[in-house]
Amino acid sequence: MDVLYFAWVRERIGLPREKVETNAATVAELVAELSAREDRYAVAFSDLSALRVAVDQELTDFDAPLAGVREVAFFPPMTGG
Amino acid sequence: MRVSVQEAPFDLGRESAAFAAGHVDMGAIVTFTGIVRDLPDDPMQAMEIEHYPGMTEAALTDIATQAMTRFSLGDALVIHRYGRLVPGELIMMVATAARHRKDAFEGAEFLMDYLKSRAPFWKREISANGAAWVAAKDEDEAALNRW
Repeated sequence: MDVLYFAWVRERIGLPREKVETNAATVAELVAELSAREDRYAVAFSDLSALRVAVDQELTDFDAPLAGVREVAFFPPMTGG
Repeated sequence: MRVSVQEAPFDLGRESAAFAAGHVDMGAIVTFTGIVRDLPDDPMQAMEIEHYPGMTEAALTDIATQAMTRFSLGDALVIHRYGRLVPGELIMMVATAARHRKDAFEGAEFLMDYLKSRAPFWKREISANGAAWVAAKDEDEAALNRW
């Protein structure tokens, strides 16, 4: 699936998007897999209360399932307007 | 109903006039415009707005559709820019048309409250002291509870 990062999450991880091969069943499992990879992921994901997640471009929660999902995005709380 | 996510500036007068012109059955038009504000203690050189192409358009369309139904609007307009803006530039506007002013005002407030914390935009302020992401405010999230 495609994993996208925005704003300071993108800066901390160091790239805007990447392809990830995963068997993670939920967003939380994907976060755990990524955090185990390298420090920059662990740092970016260290406080999930400061993050939001969208699955296939819809806001959701970290316990959302990933079966059949094409795109997951991580970002800080939005500041539009 | 129209939603536009764009890098280019927009003409507030022309957009407002065009929006108002189309509605002979609507007695009330409300517009709100957001402007890049300078920081008094730390003069801002620019504001950079990042967004999530695809999701942004879908989220704004969803918010505008909800506003149309909930406040019986005859029409709604949302324009939101991204990219690099300088103080004084227009960031975004919403416009609502309703039979009566209460729905037009409330519809515009609902649009603003939701697009502030549910549309995927992120602002970064750049000054001589460096760049900083704008943090979301608790009160912006709390503002959704009144709807």
